[in-house]
This record gives sequence, C-alpha cells and structure tokens, in this order.
Amino acid sequence: MAVNITNGPDVCLHAEKISKIYPGTKALDEVSFNVYKGKVNVLIGENGAGKSTLMKIIAGIEQESEGELFMGEEKVHFDDVTEAREHGIGIIHQELNLFPNLAVYQNIFMAKERKKGTVGLDNEYHIKETKRIMEKLQHPIDPYTIVGDLRVGQQQMIEIARNLVQDDLKILIMDEPTSSLSEQEVQVLFKIMRELTAEGISIVYISHRLEEIMQIGDYVTVLRDGKLVDSAAVKDIDISWIVQKMVGKGKSYPKRAGNIDWSKRETVLEVKDLSLPKKGGGWLLDKVSFQLKKGEILGIYGLMGAGRTEIFECIMGLRPEHTGEVILNGETLKINSITEQIDRGFALIPEDRQREGLVQTMDIGKNLSLSSLKNYAKGIFLKSNEEESNIDKIIDEIHIKVADKRLPILSLSGGNQQKVVIGKGIMTNPKILLLDEPSRGIDIGAKTDVFEIMNHFADAGLSLLVVSSELEEIKSIADRIIVLSNGIKTAELAGDEITEDRLVMASYEGHNSGKKN
Amino acid sequence: MFKDKTSLMMTLLKGRTLIVLVLLLIFFSVANDNFLSTNTLLLLAKHVALYGILAIGMTYVIITGGIDLSVGAVVGLAGMIAGGMIQNGVTLQFAGVTLYFSVPMVVILTIVVGAFIGWLNGIIITKFGVAPFIATLGTMYIARGWAMLHSNGATYSSLAGNEALGNTGFSFFGSRIAEIPVGALILVVIAIIAHILLKKTVFGWHIFAIGGNEKAAKLSGVKVDKVKILVYIFSAVCAAIVGLITASQLEAAHPATGETWEMNAIAAAVLGGTSMAGGIGTIGGTIVGAFVIGVISDGMVMCGVSEFWQMIIKGLVIILAVIIDQFQRNMEAKMALQARNESKD
Repeated sequence: MAVNITNGPDVCLHAEKISKIYPGTKALDEVSFNVYKGKVNVLIGENGAGKSTLMKIIAGIEQESEGELFMGEEKVHFDDVTEAREHGIGIIHQELNLFPNLAVYQNIFMAKERKKGTVGLDNEYHIKETKRIMEKLQHPIDPYTIVGDLRVGQQQMIEIARNLVQDDLKILIMDEPTSSLSEQEVQVLFKIMRELTAEGISIVYISHRLEEIMQIGDYVTVLRDGKLVDSAAVKDIDISWIVQKMVGKGKSYPKRAGNIDWSKRETVLEVKDLSLPKKGGGWLLDKVSFQLKKGEILGIYGLMGAGRTEIFECIMGLRPEHTGEVILNGETLKINSITEQIDRGFALIPEDRQREGLVQTMDIGKNLSLSSLKNYAKGIFLKSNEEESNIDKIIDEIHIKVADKRLPILSLSGGNQQKVVIGKGIMTNPKILLLDEPSRGIDIGAKTDVFEIMNHFADAGLSLLVVSSELEEIKSIADRIIVLSNGIKTAELAGDEITEDRLVMASYEGHNSGKKN
Repeated sequence: MFKDKTSLMMTLLKGRTLIVLVLLLIFFSVANDNFLSTNTLLLLAKHVALYGILAIGMTYVIITGGIDLSVGAVVGLAGMIAGGMIQNGVTLQFAGVTLYFSVPMVVILTIVVGAFIGWLNGIIITKFGVAPFIATLGTMYIARGWAMLHSNGATYSSLAGNEALGNTGFSFFGSRIAEIPVGALILVVIAIIAHILLKKTVFGWHIFAIGGNEKAAKLSGVKVDKVKILVYIFSAVCAAIVGLITASQLEAAHPATGETWEMNAIAAAVLGGTSMAGGIGTIGGTIVGAFVIGVISDGMVMCGVSEFWQMIIKGLVIILAVIIDQFQRNMEAKMALQARNESKD
C-alpha cells in the first residue's frame, strides 16, 4: 500500500529527512516528502501535525533546520519566498492575501509590475495579460473589477492567477483552498487543478476534508506530531485508512443513540414560516419551518449561502427585518435584541472563532464569563468568587486544557479555544444552544471532544441546533437533519432516512426549483 | 533559566513608566536642588491633576478602541458655561429676568452640558456609524465655537461671585485643603472610582470586551452602543470637571482654554500602557503617564529648558514609549505561543 519516498524521474521536488526545530519544540522530525510531477500531492494531518511547516519550508517562508531539498538531481535551498518562486514554486495561503481595495489586474501584477519608461506602469500589458490568464482559468472577470466586490471563489481564482503570471510555475501549494468555497466553486476549482496538472504543474494540496482528498488527490502523505506516518497513492486507499493514520487508532465520531421516540418529547422551540428578504430582491430564507425537541440535536445541512447562518441570526435578534414566528415553550417571541435573546435562554456559538467568538485581549477566564457577567453582579459590582468558581466548574465540565485561567486566550490550541467559546455559551445557562460549524478549523481529536460535549449537554436536557457542512459529522452528531438549499427547506430526515445521497441531493434542490432561466 | 530571564524582563517592561518616572525625579532633583521640595511637588500635583483627569476619561475611550478629540474644547466650554453663569447669570429673554445659581448648581449644570457633548459623541459614533476620530473632531469644533460664542471671545474675569446673589465660593476648586490642591484631591477621587468601575464591575469588563473584539462582544450579549455612549459621556464629564477646576484656579474663564489638551491626555494614556488598538489599559498606568508628562514639563521649566525643547523632548518620550510598548506586546505574543506549544501533547 505505502509507497517508497525516494527521488526519481517522476518526482518534481523531493524533501529528504527535513527537520524544523523551534525553541522548545520540534515541529518537523525527519520528514521525507515527494511532490510528483503533474500530480495532486495531498498533505494531511491534524492541526499541529507539521504540514504547514513543511509547506512553508518548500515555499521558502521558513528554512529547514536539518535535511535537504532536491529538485531533480539538483540540491536546493530557499532563503526566502522570492528564491522559491525563482525555482517555480508558488503558494496560496488559507487566508487570501489580496488587496480588496484594488482592481483585479493590480492584484495580479502587484510587485511584478512591468514598467513603461522609468516610473510609468505598462497597464495596457497588465490588462491584456490579466484577460488572457483569467480566460485560461475560465473566469473571464473584468480586469478593472475591484477585488473586494468578488465572491470568495472568484478571489481564489485571482490568487491562482497571480501564480500563473510567470510562465515557469512548477509547483503550486494550496493551503485549505476550499474551506470557504461553495460546493459548485469547489468543483470549478478541481477542474482547474486538473487542467494545471495536465500541463505538468504539480500541486501540493492541504485539506481537512477527507472526501475532497479522495476526489482530487493522486498521492497522500499523512503527518502526525511532526513525523511522517505514511504515504500512499490515493487509488490504493480509502477514507478510513486516512483517518486511522491521522489519529493513530481507529477513532470515529461519537454516535447518537437512535432509540428515542422524539414524538413523545416536548417541543421547546418552534419556528414557523421564517423568511428573510435578500437585498435587491429574492429571499435568503423562504418560509422555513421546523421544531426542536427537548434534549434533541437538530442538524442543519446545506451549502454555503443556503441560509443556515441566517436562521441563527434571525433567532438571535441580529436580523430585525425577518418575518415569521419563533415560538419558545409555547410563547411567541417578539425578538428585539441579542442581549434579550440570551436572557431568554438562547446561546450562539458563532462560526468564526477569532472574529466573532473570542476577545483576544482578555484572559481565558474572562472570555468564558463574558456572556454571563451580569449573573455575577451585585448592584454594579462583580462577585468575583462566584464568577471564579463557575469558570472553574465549566473548565472542568467540558475538559478545557488550561494551566491557568488567567493566561491569555491565544495561549490555547485551536480546539481548546473553541471549547472556551462553547463554554461561554453554556455559562449563560441556555435552554437552546445554536452552534455554527462548531468543528471548523480544529483537528480530529478536538472535534471528537466537541461532539462529546454536545452529546453531554443534549443528554442533560439542552436542545441543540447545529450547522455543519461536513456530511460525516452531521450524520453522526444529529438526531434529525433539515436541509436548506437556496433559502428553502428541501428535506427533513431522521434515523435511517439520513444518507449522504439524500443530504447532497436535497442541498441542490432549491436551486432547481423555480430558478431556471 | 531562560524563563526566569524573560519574566524578569517582563516585570521591568511592565513597570517601565514607573521606572522612567523615578529616574526623571532623580534626574531633576540632582539638576535642581529645589525640585524635590514640598512646594514644587504640590505645584506639580496641581498641574498633573488637569491632564490626569482628562487622561482617565481618555483611557476609557481608548480601551473601547475609540478616541476623543473633543475633551480640550469641552474644558474651554465648561469654563465659559460656569463663568458666564456666575458673572452674568442666565437671562431669560421672554420673562425679562436674569437668574443666578448657587455654585453647586453651577457645577451640576456645567457637568450636564459636558455630558451632553459626550452623549452627542456617543450617538454620532454608535447610531450613525461615524469613526470616533471624525465624530469627536467635529464636536471639538462645535464645543469650541460654542465657548467662543458664549462671550463673543471675551474672558469672564469676575468669578468671585456676589454675596447678595448667593453665588460665591467658586474659587474652592482652585484652593488647597491642608496645603494639597483641591484639583489633586479630585484627581485621586476620580482615579479610584474609575479604577474600581473598570476592574470590578460588569460595565468595566464590557469596556474591555468591546475594545478587544467588538463583534464577539456584541454576539456575547454586550450592549455595545449603550456602553460606548456611556464611555463618551464619562470622558466629557471628566473634561467638564477639568474646565471647572481650571477656571477656578485662574479665577477667570477664557474660551480658548484647553486647546490641544486632548493631546496631553492621549499622551498620558499611551505612556501608561493603554493600547491605541483597544482592549488594553489601566487607570494606574495612565496616572503614572500623566505624572511623567508633568515632571518633564515642570522639571525642564525649573532647569530653564526652553519651551520649544520641551516639546521636542515630550514628543521623543511618547514615541519611545510606544516603541517599547510594541516590543512588550510582541514578547507577550511569543510567550503565549510558547505556552501553547508546550501544552501540546
């Protein structure tokens, strides 16, 4: 099954026993890696496994402490990105490095400008080339368009285009390029990746989405704790092989017990005909209705932009323009503000941990108690003792790994940061927990923890609404799943009805009905 | 070993403003024998009280991630409002009477006017989404213009009041109690209240949360707009109090009083470790920062350094302080990352 990692004629770049030592830690430990010519070479591992470090070394952002890089027979070493680029190596970071305030052609030729005379810019050439490259990428975007106005998927294409400006591209490194793309955009990206490889360009591809790897990958290399675990041709393996190699043992997500008769449980939340108008016509949500039982985990599946996050925003009072009814324990709510909704027993775990979940300047403890501070107030003063003991309790209950709760929040790993955001919601003593992509950007071990937390609180009588775009995850964590597509509820599945096929089918249905030109 | 060294360095870095203050005091006491006398220090306290109080309000605003450029103008306006009420009373045209208020009433009305400017700042910033820099730049001109209009640019110079009108006693704020300037006592009281409010109350922590990550604060249920409006009101009230103290000390109210004082307030806050990016700052630090600025000004005056050189030196000190501040933050970020790597299994 495994392939030998040695240099050969079909290898574009060969890394031989690369180590990277940071003060106190060894991020990479004698890792060998092959980039095969004209292939999609997948690098996978949990967060902190060392894949980013390896990539950065190949791209010249960081330098190896030990080991050697070969391109063909030639031994190479890159002191910076420019040197790597001279060898035909380009990189697209997970966070796009674009200038949203500038036009497409300016972005593409930034720092690669062609001059006219001594100071003038040869914009005629820039625009002509931009058109040529964008057509090659099958995204004929007007070169004058401001990049900030483009969709994320289109912006991704601009990033790729930047790397194609020079003709000598040999290796393109892509760090989780699909994490913010819609399913259609992913397919377009894959098509373009195939075309690039057909031209002989090698791609190094990093992703957390295992299904994608099976679809697009040619070779896969698994890293764990800075060490090379295994390497194989994708045609020889399956998803469970990858998962097993990544986590080290045959670990899977905790499953929900399937033997509960939900019809006998009381309904905690009922949403009726929830609609949300779209700017410039149409609907972000179109008469969506559902019920949530006590102790139930209801999954909301759908593509990007299907209206999943919008449901949460309406319930939390962030979208005052919505129509329809939200009924909590038989009482129709008049939704005014998020503060009021939190008081009523709703808690939101937002999708973007860094931007919406954490206050980076505050310590771990204060991040946990932020939402529930007023519960510890006596007059205007805080009762610190009660606050402290509740913080300790939640840290213990959801197993947040902290040395000292007064440490800065950024001293925690991504998974533990996510647990803090969840803990903050739990500390408000909610009846209903709304989780938006709770496992995004955390490694498999932490994902399992997060799902166990969700199960734990569901068993304790909390009702949970969870949005996820990963099929495997939502299948195992949810008791029932509703599917949104284009703002319309297209399916409601429970028990054995939940299959990947039906979920995926339903997630496209909303686009077909009534929207054909 | 390495760890001990870093933590020692961090302690030094964190206490740097205080260390600088002590060094400055030593330097000036060597340079001028009279510097460490009670009289000089009391005078220093009197000066520092003014930017100290302004800087406390400014610290609140900066922690939320904002800025308040209007405080200097509010100082001027407050002096004019109070001065006008004492000297000329308030004439009600329609009734043909002129009302004179007692000093406590004058103080309250002046603070209300200050609070109004602060409320205006808060509303413009939160409800209309104007950047704090621009909003308070606008109200700075408005408040200054209002102050000028109040007397057509003239100075109110008879603030002693009149027994018959029952409005004497305004000079109290410029006087001394047991040798200590009343202004300095007010600074102490405001500093203690401001510190407790910031550290021990929900309101205080909400201020930190907003400055650290406004979006996360909002989604956590923090009433962002309300907190911000209160913070700008607090800053303007501090400025109004400074206006009252200044007018009382000078026994005169001039509409141009307080010009560029907002800059001293910002400088004191920044010297004290308040982050212009928001989310970080302490009242203690700000007070030390205000004293550093005060010691530099007074000390150099006593040593006969020209005012022009004073400005250059003040500028250098502020820039240096911020450079060290960046260095400290980088180091803290590195330590956090290190802790994160170490905790990894």
